[in-house]
Amino acid sequence: MISSAASFRISLLCVVAALPVVNQTAAEEQVQFNRDIRPILSDNCFFCHGPDANHRQADLRLDLREEAIAANAFVPGKPGEGTLLERIMSDDPEQIMPPPDSHKKLTPAQKKTLQQWIAQGAEYQQHWSFEPPVKAEIPAGENGIDFLVQQRLQELGLKPSPEADRRTLVRRLYNDLIGLPPTPEQVNAFINDGSEDAYEKLVDSLLANPHYGERMGQWWLDLVRFADTIGYHSDNPRNVWPYRDYVIESFNENKPFDQFTIEQIAGDLLPEANQETRVGSGFNRLLLSTEEGGAQPKDYEARMLTDRVRAVGTVWLGMTTGCCQCHDHKFDPFTMRDFYSLGAFFADIQEPILGKREAGMLVITAEQEAELARRDAELKAAQKLANEAGAVLDKAQAEWEASLPSEGLSLPELAEDSKASKNEKDLAKAALDALSKPADQRDQKLKSAIQEYYRAVVNREHQETFAALKKAEQEKTGYENSLPHCIVSISTNNKRTVRILPRGNWMDESGEVMQPALPHFLPQPEFGERELTRLDLANWLVSRDNPLTARAYMNRLWKQFFGTGLSKVLDDLGAQGETPPNAPLLDWLACELMDSGWDVKHMVRLIVTSKTYQQTSVATPALLAADPYNREHARQSAFRMDAELVRDYALSVSGLLVLNIGGPSVKPYQPGGYWENLNFPRREYDADKGESQYRRGLYTWWQRTFLHPSLMAFDAPSREECCAERNRSNIPQQALVLLNDPTYVEAARKFAERILTEGPKSTEERLRWAWQQALQRDPDAEELKVIEPLLAQHLQVYREDPQAAESLLKTGLAPRNTELDPVELAAWSHVARVLLNLHETITRS
Amino acid sequence: MQLLSTSLNRRQVLARTKQGLYGVALASLLQQSQPQAAPTAGVIGNLPLPVRAKRVIWMTMAGGPSHLELFDRKQKLADMSGQPMPASVTQGQQLAQLQGQKLFCLGPQFGFKKYGESGMEMSDLLPHLGSVADDICLVRSMTTEAINHDPAHMFMNTGSQIAGRPSMGSWVTYGLGSEAEDLPGFVVLVSTGKGRSPQPIAARQWSSGFLPSRYQGVQLRSSGDPVLYLSNPPGVSHAQQGMDVTAISQLNRQQERSTQDPEIATRIAQYEMAFQMQTSVPNLMDLSGEDALTISRYGCEPGDGSFASNCLLARRLAQQGVRFIQLYHRDWDHHSLLREELPLRAREVDQACAALINDLKHLGMFEDTLLVWSGEFGRTPMSQGNKGPIGRDHHNKSMSMWLAGAGVKGGTVYGGTDELGYSAVENVCTVHDLHATMLHQLGIQHDAFSVKFQGLDAKLTGVEGARVLHEILS
Repeated sequence: MISSAASFRISLLCVVAALPVVNQTAAEEQVQFNRDIRPILSDNCFFCHGPDANHRQADLRLDLREEAIAANAFVPGKPGEGTLLERIMSDDPEQIMPPPDSHKKLTPAQKKTLQQWIAQGAEYQQHWSFEPPVKAEIPAGENGIDFLVQQRLQELGLKPSPEADRRTLVRRLYNDLIGLPPTPEQVNAFINDGSEDAYEKLVDSLLANPHYGERMGQWWLDLVRFADTIGYHSDNPRNVWPYRDYVIESFNENKPFDQFTIEQIAGDLLPEANQETRVGSGFNRLLLSTEEGGAQPKDYEARMLTDRVRAVGTVWLGMTTGCCQCHDHKFDPFTMRDFYSLGAFFADIQEPILGKREAGMLVITAEQEAELARRDAELKAAQKLANEAGAVLDKAQAEWEASLPSEGLSLPELAEDSKASKNEKDLAKAALDALSKPADQRDQKLKSAIQEYYRAVVNREHQETFAALKKAEQEKTGYENSLPHCIVSISTNNKRTVRILPRGNWMDESGEVMQPALPHFLPQPEFGERELTRLDLANWLVSRDNPLTARAYMNRLWKQFFGTGLSKVLDDLGAQGETPPNAPLLDWLACELMDSGWDVKHMVRLIVTSKTYQQTSVATPALLAADPYNREHARQSAFRMDAELVRDYALSVSGLLVLNIGGPSVKPYQPGGYWENLNFPRREYDADKGESQYRRGLYTWWQRTFLHPSLMAFDAPSREECCAERNRSNIPQQALVLLNDPTYVEAARKFAERILTEGPKSTEERLRWAWQQALQRDPDAEELKVIEPLLAQHLQVYREDPQAAESLLKTGLAPRNTELDPVELAAWSHVARVLLNLHETITRS
Repeated sequence: MQLLSTSLNRRQVLARTKQGLYGVALASLLQQSQPQAAPTAGVIGNLPLPVRAKRVIWMTMAGGPSHLELFDRKQKLADMSGQPMPASVTQGQQLAQLQGQKLFCLGPQFGFKKYGESGMEMSDLLPHLGSVADDICLVRSMTTEAINHDPAHMFMNTGSQIAGRPSMGSWVTYGLGSEAEDLPGFVVLVSTGKGRSPQPIAARQWSSGFLPSRYQGVQLRSSGDPVLYLSNPPGVSHAQQGMDVTAISQLNRQQERSTQDPEIATRIAQYEMAFQMQTSVPNLMDLSGEDALTISRYGCEPGDGSFASNCLLARRLAQQGVRFIQLYHRDWDHHSLLREELPLRAREVDQACAALINDLKHLGMFEDTLLVWSGEFGRTPMSQGNKGPIGRDHHNKSMSMWLAGAGVKGGTVYGGTDELGYSAVENVCTVHDLHATMLHQLGIQHDAFSVKFQGLDAKLTGVEGARVLHEILS
C-alpha cells in the first residue's frame, strides 16, 4: 500500500505540472497547437493578449496567428527572433512575461514547448471544439469506441485490462442503466446464462426497463437546475414537477436528443405543439426568481436574462458564458454582443419578473381531461338553468321595485320588532341604501345589493338552482386545482427590450438594443432579415452547423459510464477547458450520435457493449502509476454512487423501496428544525407517510436554499445554477447519514426482518443470505470473522437491555414484524446496518 | 482544482497512516476520543505573508443594521429631519422599497457618545462595545453592490451575487486547512431569538460552492442534534456505535486489500472522524464546564441559543483550532419599528461582543483572532413610513462595520460618509477590499489565491481587483 501510494504521489506531481505522464513522449515529437500550446497561451497570456479588446495590453493578441506575427511576437521557424520567447525567458521583473503581479508562472517545460512550437513553424489550429467533429474510419464490424481506445493505448504502450467478472458486470449494468441493485437471482441468472448473447440480452432488457429514464434523467435535472422552489429569499414552492416526469418519459421512449432539445427551448412554438412539448418548454422557467419586497423589476429582469444565457451555454454549448455579462470573454471568442443577443431569444417569455410564479398549465391525462370536460359541461348546464331562473327573477324583481313607494321606503327586516336574522338585516340595510338612490344613478355594486336582498329575502324561488350552480363551480375548480400544473413557456408579442448592459449594470440603459442572434463565431445558416425566434435557436443547437451540442452531451454521457468525461471539464469545452486526451473518440461519438438521428439508447448500447466498458476496474500498480486518473481507459473506474442512488440502494435491499415512477416530489424524513431559517412564510417540514416516504431519491423535494441534508452530504447540488459536474467527496457527514439518518436505520431494521423471515435458519447461512442481498456475493472467511462476533455482542447487549431493542425497532414509520423476537431482530439490524454502510455497497465498480 | 483536492486527499491519508490509523487507532475507537492538535493541511503550503490571524470569528448581523443610529452620527441629517431628501443625492440611484416614493430625511433616532481614550463616537445603545472601543476599528465607508438581502448576503460571503461560489469560510479552510482534528474547520451558528419575523438565511451562505464539499460550513444547532445526524439511533449505545464503526472499517480494509482502491482509506478515516465528532461536538456545546463569572460576562443562559451563547461557543471553537467561525444574528431589517426594535437587537449583541473581545484578550488569543462585525448592507438616511412606525430602507452606498484583533488597529475610525450619511466618500471600501484585508491577515495574498472554475482563475476577491486596507492594520 505504502509503495503504491508513494508512486502514486510521484505521478501526481507530474500531472500537477500539467504534463500528463502519458502525453510526454508525444509532446517531444510534434507539437500540436490545440493539445500543447493553446492551454499554455490561454491560461497565461490571453487574459491580456486575447479576444477581449477592452482589456488588451500593448495592442498584442496571441490568439490570432497573423496578428501575433505582425506584432513580432514570433517569427515562425526562428525561435531566436521575436519578443514572445525573449520576454518569457527574461529574468528581469520588468520584462518577464507573464508579469509577476499576475501570479502566473511558466514552467521550464512549458517554455521549452513554446520554443519547440515556434521552431516547428508556429502553426495554429482553430480551437478543437469549434471545428466540426470528424468521424474516424472504423473497420467494419468493430465497435468504434474499442477501436479508438485501443489505437490510443497502443500509441501509449498501454494494454487493456481483462474483462470484469460476471457478477461485477451485471451489478455495473444495473447501476449505470437503471440505478438499482440486482437481486441475487438476477445476478445468478446472468452468471448461469451460457448463451453467446447473454450480455446483450441483459443490456436490452435494462434499456427497456422503465427505471432507465430515471437513471438517465438524474443528471439532466442537475444540468438544467430542476428544483421545486424559486431559489431566492423566501424560496417558495412553484409548480414544476411535471417537467421532471417529462425528462424521465423522454428518455424512456428514447426521444431523439434533437427533438428533446427543441422541445425544451421552444416546445411551445412548434407547429404541432402539444401538452408534452409545452411541459418540455418548462425548461425556460427553471431559473431562480424572487418574491423579496423591495426587489426591482429591472434588476431581476437582468438576472433572469443572464441566468438563461448561462443555462443554454452550459447545457447545450458546454461553454462558460457568464463573464460576458460584463465584458467580452477573456479566452473564447464569445462577446458581450453574443451574450445579450442570445438572451434576446428569451425576451418573449411571458412571466412575472417579481413575485409568486403563476400556477401554470394543467398537465393532465386523457381521462382527467374527460373528467374535467364532464364537470365543465355540468357547470355550463347549471349556468344555463341559473341564467333562465335569473331572468325570471329579474322580471319579478323589476315588478317588485316598481311596487315600492317612492318616499319613506322601509323594509320589513329593518323594523324594530323584526325577527329577521343578522344576515337578512345586513342585506336589507344595503338594499335600502341602494334603493334610496335614483335607479339611473346606481352602480353595479348597488344593483347587486338590491338583487342579493331580493333573491335571498323577498323572493326565495329558484334557490336550489343557484345552489346547484355553486356546487358545480366548486366541483369543477376544486378538481381543476387538484390536477397537476406546470409552469411552461408562453410566448408574448409584447417582448421585453434587451439592451447590452454596460459592465453588466442593469441601471445603465445606454446600451444598444439587441435582437436575437446566434454566437457570431460559430457556423450558422443565412436567416435573412427576419427576426429569429427560440425555435431558430433550438434548431440551430442541434444542427450539423453547431459543433458543440453533440460533443457536450456525449462527454457527459461518458461520465455516467466511466466516472469522468472524455474531456474532464464537463462545463467548458472552450479554451480553458481540457482538450480530450482522446479527441478522436469524442468526435466519433458526437458524429455517431448525430448520424444515428440523435438516438440516445443507441449510444448507450454502444458504450455498454464495448469491451472498454466491460473491463475490470481493479488496476494493476503499474497501470495506476501510468494513468492514475484512468483518462485512457485501459481499465474501468470505481466510484461512489450519486446521492440519490445511495438512498435507492439501501431502500431496495431493505425491501422498502416503492418503485412508482413520477408524480409530485416527496418528503423523506428530515431532522426537525432544519428549515428554521426559512421565512415568508415560516414552514414546517411534514415528512411523507405511506408509500411517498419510500420513493427513489430523485423524487425528493428539492428545496434550493435548504436541500435535504442527506442528499447534500453526498454532493447533490442545490440546483441554483446549472450543474454539469457534481463533486464526488468523501466526508464525515456521509458516515453520519448512513449510520444515523432514520431512513437508513429503518432500512437496516427492515433488511434484518427480511434476513430473519426470508432467509435460511442458521446464523452462517443467514449471513450468506444477507451478503447476497446487499452485495450479491458470499462473505469470505475473514469477513465472517468480523461479523459473527459483532452479532453475538449485540445479541448480548439487547438480551440485557430489551428496552433498547424496542427503541431501535421503533425507528421509522414502517410497521415492525411483531412475530420476531425483538432482541434478535435488533441485533440483526446491526448486521444489516454494517452491510449498508460498506464502501463496497455505495461504490459502483 | 480536482487534482489539488485529490492529491490533498492522498496526502492526508498518508499523514493519517503515519499516525497509526491502521494500527491501534481502530482498536481505540471505543475509547473516549481526545481532541488532537493534528492539523489538516490546506492547499497553500507556505504562506506568502506574515500570519497575523490564525482564525476568524465573523459576526453577521443579518437584515442590515442601521449605521445611522449605531455608528455614524450625522448632524446635518438631524438638522434636516423631516425635510425632503435633496433630489440631487438620490437621483438615478438604486433603491429598494422606497423606489418611486417621496423621500424625507430621518435624523438619528438615538443619542451618541464618545467612548474610550480614542473618543470613538458610537450609539448610546452600545455601552459595552464602547468599553472596548480602543480595541476595535470602526469602518464607516463600507459599500456593497447588492440591495436585496439574499444577493447581498451572497456578495458579502462569496464576493459574487451569482449562486455557486464558495463562501469565505470555505475558501479559508481550503487554503489553510484546519487545526481542529475532530471538528469541522468552518462552523456556522445562527442565534435563535424571540425576534419578529426575520429574513431567511439560505444554507447557500455557507456553501463550499465549487470547492470540495468538505470545506462547506457545518451549522452547529442549538436545539436537536447540534450537527445533523450526530446522535446515535435510539437504542444504540456509544459502545455499540463504536462496535459497528469498527466492523465497517475492518470490512472496508479487507475490501481495500483486494481492490487497491485508494478511496477506501479515506472512507475509513472519515468514519473515524464522524465517530469522534459524536463525542467532541456535544462536549463542545456543553457549557457546564464554564464558570459562572464567564457566563455572566457574556450574559447568556447556557443552551438558550442566543447570540451571547454563540459568542461563548465561538470562543470554545476558536480554542479547539476551528479556522472560521461565523455567527448569524437576524432581525436587523428595520423598515419599520426602528425606534422599538433596534434597541432590542443592540442589547442582544452589545454585551456579548465586548465579553468575547475581553475573553480572547484574557486567553491571549485576541492577537491572532480576527473579529469582524457587519451586516449585508446599510440603511437609508431617508425614512420609510409605508410599513408601519418609522424605519429605514435597504441601502448599499454606505454602511458601517467593525473589525478587531489580529493586527487590526484598535481605537481607530476609518473612512467616512457625506454629511447626510448617504454615500461613503472618504476611503471608500468595497466588499472585495474587506475580503482582501481579511485574507491578508490570514497570510494569504488575495490576488494569488485562485481556483480554476469554468475556465477562470476564480478568486474570492473577484476580477476587478481589490485593495488591502493597510491603513487599518498595525
